[in-house]
Amino acid sequence: MTLPFAAVAPTQLVHLSAVDMIIIIFYFALVLAIGFYLRNRANTGEDFFMAGREMTAWVAGLSFLSANLGALELMGWAGSAYQYGILATHWYWIGAIPAMLFLALVMMPFYYISKTHSVPGYLKLRFGEPARAVSAVSFAFMTVLMSGVNMFAMAKVMQIVLGWDINFSIWVSAGTVAIYVALGGLRSAIFNEVLQFFLIWAGALLIPILGLYEAGGWTNLKAQIAHRASEQYVHMWSGLGHFTNNPMGINWVGIVFGLAAVISMGYWTTDFLVVQRILAAKDIRSAEMAPIIGAGFKMLVPLIVILPGLLGLAVLPDKLVPESMAAATGAHTYNDVLPLMLARYCGPGLLGLGITALIAGFMSGMAGNVSAFTTVWTYDIYRPLVHNKGDDHHYVKMGRWTTVIGVFISIGTAYLVMQFASIMDYVQALFSFFIAPLFGTVLLGMLWKRATGPAGFWGLLCGTLCSISMWTWVKIDPTALRYVALSPHAKALAQDMFQALWSFLTCIVVTVVVTFLTRPKSDAELEGLVYGLTKVPEVGDVPLYQKPTFWAAVVGIVFVALNLYFW
Amino acid sequence: MISIWFFIGISLLVNGLLILVAGIYEIVHPPSHPTIVLFHVHANAWWGALLTLVGLIYCYFFSPKRAKN
Repeated sequence: MTLPFAAVAPTQLVHLSAVDMIIIIFYFALVLAIGFYLRNRANTGEDFFMAGREMTAWVAGLSFLSANLGALELMGWAGSAYQYGILATHWYWIGAIPAMLFLALVMMPFYYISKTHSVPGYLKLRFGEPARAVSAVSFAFMTVLMSGVNMFAMAKVMQIVLGWDINFSIWVSAGTVAIYVALGGLRSAIFNEVLQFFLIWAGALLIPILGLYEAGGWTNLKAQIAHRASEQYVHMWSGLGHFTNNPMGINWVGIVFGLAAVISMGYWTTDFLVVQRILAAKDIRSAEMAPIIGAGFKMLVPLIVILPGLLGLAVLPDKLVPESMAAATGAHTYNDVLPLMLARYCGPGLLGLGITALIAGFMSGMAGNVSAFTTVWTYDIYRPLVHNKGDDHHYVKMGRWTTVIGVFISIGTAYLVMQFASIMDYVQALFSFFIAPLFGTVLLGMLWKRATGPAGFWGLLCGTLCSISMWTWVKIDPTALRYVALSPHAKALAQDMFQALWSFLTCIVVTVVVTFLTRPKSDAELEGLVYGLTKVPEVGDVPLYQKPTFWAAVVGIVFVALNLYFW
Repeated sequence: MISIWFFIGISLLVNGLLILVAGIYEIVHPPSHPTIVLFHVHANAWWGALLTLVGLIYCYFFSPKRAKN
């Protein structure tokens, strides 16, 4: 294993000074210190797996957002903004905000009052053990694989950007995450996610500020982008009438129904990685406010992700290219745009903070995966299927060991991906198979009391199989995309949207059909799990400015105004 | 229990001070060939100062001593 600053590859994008290294080392010391400090506050199952259910709305909300704000996300979407223009913002606005508000106002009360430890746990209460088993096993399996893929991707980025040795990056980051999550449980993961949130903003906000200064303001930036790329790169909706009118090769149906109504709803409301943070809130008002606070900040994230990509289009002297062309030409790829902008504006110290923000993003993403995996394994697989007679202490011990084992499986996956790069594409595709049908199952479970246990199970299974079938079909015959996306002009991103839409609809149709062929549960059994049979808890007699509905309305109005402004 | 906001204050304060010192050093000893664009605005000096200030505010308001009182 080589020390990072000794292993300088000739292709590295930036060079760190001593002060940059001190900032990075200080970050590692601080996250470990937080883990050690919290080790005595994770002795019960409620503490270790649910952070004691005592997080404030702000802590839960920022952690909820942060769990999704990984460095791959930052770099990937900055690259997408360079490639597709401002259209990439849809993944931050319509592809997130409505779903976060829906989670806050409609779904969160049910998750919260059912006192479930996880999303599969809710499925158990609503549909029974088979639905939980399908959901828990698929989630646990995919979570550790995703963690490994992210770990490898991080190590690869550190090699390209800084020239660091891949083994060094994998083992140091994995070891640090294993220590602080195993010691402090979910509370430690949440604390570090909030810290990461601040570091990301502190490290990345200067790029758009200095970039706009260099470009001469937003109006000049738009003119430069129109000159160097196309007018459509700065419009969010006006080019979505047809697949051929925008650089992404997608239409408004895919964005509105595929991305916003299914993928985004599925991810933000049923992916336990993010929902777990909200379940740790201290009361129902905090649990409802947390996603709204997350949504407010989510609307600002394009400032530090999309805008640097757009600025790269205008101010970078060299043209960036796709990965496939980079190896042959030696040019930088789209995904390099954020580090390139960092290197363009940030001198000693600032560069270290920017790199620390990327590392923090990677590590908290990994910690999020590991802590969610630990909870689902312990409560939804180990306890019901393997050993259901243990005491609380036994399950906490299992949680700590699962954290360490989960990290080792992730490391194994990272090395597997290193040997077989195509695994990365498969794992990322696999993850998307489960989200859309899971959303269909949970949605019907919460809103329709007639939906039965067998229907939930078969709907989830058939929706997932539908998604896998379409993905395999297009993989074998790429021209099949015209049938999946209903257009011969559709491009790769459109496939994800339409695939999710069809698998969601399959899940709904199968659930409805099987429901009418099977016996429903009694109303008494569904109390606390379904709308209409549950007294939804009130947030209490609080002033208007403390009501979640008020802040949801504010966020909704700003969301509409932003979309109209950038139409 | 020490508040999470105190840890954030410590992080911003230490990072801010390091960046501020690096920025002041560059103002006093400017490199003959700056490698970054907009070197003349000395972003690390004022951004470091801003982070230091925010860090100080967080450390003060969320200090464990103040929380006890």
